[in-house]
Amino acid sequence: MKLKDAAHLFRLAGVFAAGILIFILVRSYLVPKSFGQYGHFRGDALTEIKAQPISYAGHQACEACHSDVLDLKSKGKHAQVNCEACHGPLAKHADDPGGVTPEKLDTAKLCVRCHEANSAKPKKFPQVASMEHSGGLACNECHTPHSPAIVTEGGKK
Amino acid sequence: MPTDGFMYPNEIELQWSVLIVLYPFLTGLVAGAFILASLERVFRVEAVKPTYRLALLTALAFLLVAPLPLQLHLGHPERSFEMYLTPHRSSAMAMFGFVYLWYLMAVLVLEIWLDYRRDIVVLSQTTTGIKRLLYRVLTLGSSNISENALAIDNRVGWVITVIGIPSAFLLHGYVGFIFGSIKANPWWSTPLMPVVFLFSAMVSGIAAVLLLYMLLNRLRKQPSDIRCVDTVAKYLFYMFIIDFSLEMVDLIHRIYESDESFRSLDFMVHTRLFLSQVVIQILLGTVLPIVLLALTQVARLSEIARKRIYVFAGCLTLIGIFAMRWNVVIGGQLFSKSFLGYTTYKMGFATKEGLLPAIVLTVLPLFILWVLVKVLPPWSEKETAPVSAAVAAN
Repeated sequence: MKLKDAAHLFRLAGVFAAGILIFILVRSYLVPKSFGQYGHFRGDALTEIKAQPISYAGHQACEACHSDVLDLKSKGKHAQVNCEACHGPLAKHADDPGGVTPEKLDTAKLCVRCHEANSAKPKKFPQVASMEHSGGLACNECHTPHSPAIVTEGGKK
Repeated sequence: MPTDGFMYPNEIELQWSVLIVLYPFLTGLVAGAFILASLERVFRVEAVKPTYRLALLTALAFLLVAPLPLQLHLGHPERSFEMYLTPHRSSAMAMFGFVYLWYLMAVLVLEIWLDYRRDIVVLSQTTTGIKRLLYRVLTLGSSNISENALAIDNRVGWVITVIGIPSAFLLHGYVGFIFGSIKANPWWSTPLMPVVFLFSAMVSGIAAVLLLYMLLNRLRKQPSDIRCVDTVAKYLFYMFIIDFSLEMVDLIHRIYESDESFRSLDFMVHTRLFLSQVVIQILLGTVLPIVLLALTQVARLSEIARKRIYVFAGCLTLIGIFAMRWNVVIGGQLFSKSFLGYTTYKMGFATKEGLLPAIVLTVLPLFILWVLVKVLPPWSEKETAPVSAAVAAN
């Protein structure tokens, strides 16, 4: 076997070597420096997340002003549901109650997020097929969202 | 009614769609086609030589499309190369990128290049324009096609094929491993899964090359080499017997073991999967083609009758193997982990993971193959003789 007869294989090996070299160069440029600092992710991501502004005020902040809602809510089935679970993040409103007004909620869309009937939900969890139950009518037409049970002559419903 | 009985919330909608059915089907065709090519190269089965190059090109065409269903399923294709940059070695799915790249670049492209090098050099001297430029690039600047150089190519090609066989096993064994290693799902979790996937891959790949070989010859108005077709069909028959036996071993094992999941899975096979598993996969896609192929082995049939049977059995085989992938992927998501409920798979049409993209991705490899056949004709020496004569004249 003469070496010149295998010259094309050396050229091919050269192409592969060039490919690997380009890959190494591209990799060193693209992989963030902090990758792998704490685990299989970018270490700087932690600092960046930490630096993000806080969006949720927490229910204590809400209750400081809205004690009437707290009284109503604590007696109903939603006692354990945090305010911002339905109203959304309101840290800006808590910081400047007069300047930032929370959006009005559309209960026809909001309530079914939890209460739309689904075979995967436990049977005792209150759930309705909303179109059959109210025909698209907003839930707060009949229910008070902060204490949703409707008291009738026969008892709570 | 989309669900029956009790389903956990994350089980109602299927996470893996028809595209994930397509992915093992396409990779199976790749592995199978390559194994068929290796029959000639390594095991010296001379009769299948006319399909050798076509099998390699088929493997390449399908391999190029194989990751596309995954890209569509996962979304964000611009991020997919990150698995090469920051590989996660503990994740089998993340390591697929390396298995794929190894098989594509170190096995298939290399073997095709070495096998076609003589033709590429000849074509770089006889064509004009862009084609000439393309072939010149493919020669890598070396036009040495002396006997010694070609003998070296042949030897290196043989070594690559020998490496390629376990690589093809790795490629498709890996796909079976992905399902077989999911211990939370009793429909998938069996060590036999990679082996069953591998043999079904060989069956589908051999059937696909057999069909493509006969179809291309028909389009070229050339007769198919009946000795070759008979031999390929014979290997298809043998592989099918092994594949079917393995699936039956798995089935008997499950029935005898009858673990806590058995009643639920058995009910599913007799109801929601009855058509796709019992009728299409087992009866039409496995038993019928095996019987038809057995008939060609034992009965004296005319050439034309044999060819018609091969085409019919080949088509049924591909449908059967696709149904097998369907029943594994979709079937494994139809029952609840509680074994108390069942859900339904709703396939969209013109959606990101619907029927339309699945059809496009099935046809796309055939289009790529058409281009590859145009650029690198797989026909034998005799048929390319005019080209060689033209070179000699020059």
